[in-house]
Amino acid sequence: MELGTWQPAGNAPPPDPAARPLAIEARGLVKRFDGFTAVDGVDLSVPEGAIYGVLGPNGAGKTTTLRMLLGIIDPDEGYRRVLGSERPHEVAHAIGYLPEERGLYPAMKATEAIAFVGALRGLPLAEGRRRGRALLEEHGLGYAADRQIRQLSKGMAQQVQILGCLVHEPRLVIFDEPFSGLDAINQGKLEKMMRGLAERGTTVIFSTHVIAHAERLCDGIAIIAGGKVPFAGPVDVARDRIPAQVRLETRAPDGPWRAALPADARHDRKLDGSSFFTFPLPETGIEPLLRALIEGEAGILSLSIERAGLHDAFVAIAGEAAAAALEAAPEEEQRR
Amino acid sequence: MTIHQASGRLSTLAAALVVARRDFGAVLFSRAFVFFLLGPLFMLTITIMASGVGQSVERSASQPVLGVAMSPADTAALRQSATRLETALDDTVPQLLPIEPGARAPGELLRTNSTRVSAVLTGSLAAPVLTGPAGLIDEWRGPVALLAAAARDGSPRAYPEVHLAATAAAPGPDERVGRMRTAQAGQTLLFLLTMLLAGMVLSNLVEEKANKIIEVLAAAIPMDSLFLGKLFAMLGVSFVGIAVWGTAGGAVALAGGRSLAELTAPAVGWPAFIALGITYFAMAYLLLGSVFLTIGSMASTVREVQTLSMPVTMLQLLVFFFASFALASPHAPLEQAAVLVPFSSPYAMLARAAEEPGLGQHLLAIGWQAAWVALFIRFGARLFRTRVMKSGPARGRGWFRGRRAAA
Repeated sequence: MELGTWQPAGNAPPPDPAARPLAIEARGLVKRFDGFTAVDGVDLSVPEGAIYGVLGPNGAGKTTTLRMLLGIIDPDEGYRRVLGSERPHEVAHAIGYLPEERGLYPAMKATEAIAFVGALRGLPLAEGRRRGRALLEEHGLGYAADRQIRQLSKGMAQQVQILGCLVHEPRLVIFDEPFSGLDAINQGKLEKMMRGLAERGTTVIFSTHVIAHAERLCDGIAIIAGGKVPFAGPVDVARDRIPAQVRLETRAPDGPWRAALPADARHDRKLDGSSFFTFPLPETGIEPLLRALIEGEAGILSLSIERAGLHDAFVAIAGEAAAAALEAAPEEEQRR
Repeated sequence: MTIHQASGRLSTLAAALVVARRDFGAVLFSRAFVFFLLGPLFMLTITIMASGVGQSVERSASQPVLGVAMSPADTAALRQSATRLETALDDTVPQLLPIEPGARAPGELLRTNSTRVSAVLTGSLAAPVLTGPAGLIDEWRGPVALLAAAARDGSPRAYPEVHLAATAAAPGPDERVGRMRTAQAGQTLLFLLTMLLAGMVLSNLVEEKANKIIEVLAAAIPMDSLFLGKLFAMLGVSFVGIAVWGTAGGAVALAGGRSLAELTAPAVGWPAFIALGITYFAMAYLLLGSVFLTIGSMASTVREVQTLSMPVTMLQLLVFFFASFALASPHAPLEQAAVLVPFSSPYAMLARAAEEPGLGQHLLAIGWQAAWVALFIRFGARLFRTRVMKSGPARGRGWFRGRRAAA
């Protein structure tokens, strides 16, 4: 594999992730700190070559889970298998990791920093320097190759660290909040890079506060709240957890047809006198409802059925409080 | 040793060397290293200032004395010439002490040594006879000839032949006492070197924590490797320091006409003693360093490290005093305890190297100390993983300010 070329490599679509062997398998992971249960029975199954998102608000147990998968800390209970090994450090040479708290030695030059991270993963320093320079060139950072990390902007330093995660050509990459600290353009580049990695068969796991990233990128997600995983599986399955939403606009605000709408349908009056209703698609389907509306002369102005988004799924699975905390997290981060 | 295995996975030692290489380079090219190199200079200055007075008193008390058992006229002339030449010849002219001629044979006089003389001059100014320890009379032969010639003639052109009569038993410092002094010197040097390093080791992991790179390291390599690598790096730095100090100190000593020969040769001989000294220094450093690294790793800031420095220094002092105290009673229970306690073992064993021949016990001791180093590193790494590598919102960080919850 040629590193640094993050463009799609081939025309053949990757095989169905569910059919691939597991890059990560965790069962019943538990971690307690001084009587506080940070992670409480987490199960994860991540197929090789998948892009997998770990979603949850601050304090949910995301980082602790990732640290257990990496072998930085050991679980108090449970079982983990990473790239076929129950001891993650045994396969450390095949793993890349970007921690939530970014850090490099400030006095190191960018190329040296990448080579050093590669050396920690078993890549000879000389080869690491060569690849590091090539990676920097490829990502438009060639001019910074001989600059010290302290001379780079925060975003540039983060990009150098991301390249350090990849210099040894890992089979599994774990990013903890990779998008935080990057501007919109670099976030887009990172998304593209992650897709490129997955297309080459590299498994990518990342935690995020931003559901939109997970929705765009992930084959599968795990929602973590309160140290537990109420959902883990494909994004489509998460979205199917809640029924599609019906959005109906009528000329008449009321009438006998209202009996066909669910009792908890949300009703908003618009300034022009029309009414707007939002409610889950009834189990009986749309046809009986449509018949009742027409026969009751509701005056249908518009009717749409929308599949639930990942955000709605998250709210339904993890609860309103967790969703609010998740959405507040980036703001908190910025305040800090 | 091959660093990279075929699979790409690093062994514990290879991973430690990656860390050691980085740290070694970073420390060696830092400003802190310059201060590290200057450290002994400050210590030496303070030591010289503190011991200056005591040394001058000791010097005057221990100046060698030449007993003169000649005729009264010759003795008086000799003393006059000594007074005249003292300024010009400085310390080479021994202090003269008149002795009644013929009262006792010179050899007997030296054996009883009631007059604290180191050698005795008999005969006449034309044919002086110098009796005393072989090395000493050989050294005094020239000055005595000069004094005798000057006593006979104010501007001497010819020097009399000085006959030497070496005594069988050389008096002077007792060999055991001399070796004890060598042992003390070795222990003190060991203590000073480990003390210099302690501060640097204590703050060793703070840099990683401050730069937030610790998690990158912890995810890639076992903590044992990280600890070992940091210890190796500092050991390497200290060896560079020793090389610099040794070269500079040796050059100064040679320029001042001093040498190791002034210390009594250790029982194992100088080459083995120096080799053991380096090994025991490494072991003393690794033992203390592994503990300090563990303690220091719990600290998050330089301030916390400074808070830790005092008890750590006290611990070092305790170890040093324990080993020094045990030195006085070889093979007594106290000395054996000092040999067995891992922290004092290198000091006690270095003292044994000065006092007792045989290298077998040293191999055993080095193995014993190495086992403790491995144990401390394993324990420290485990403690670090369980206490420090937590995550989440900072309710408090580090050893002193509570615990952290999960993210």
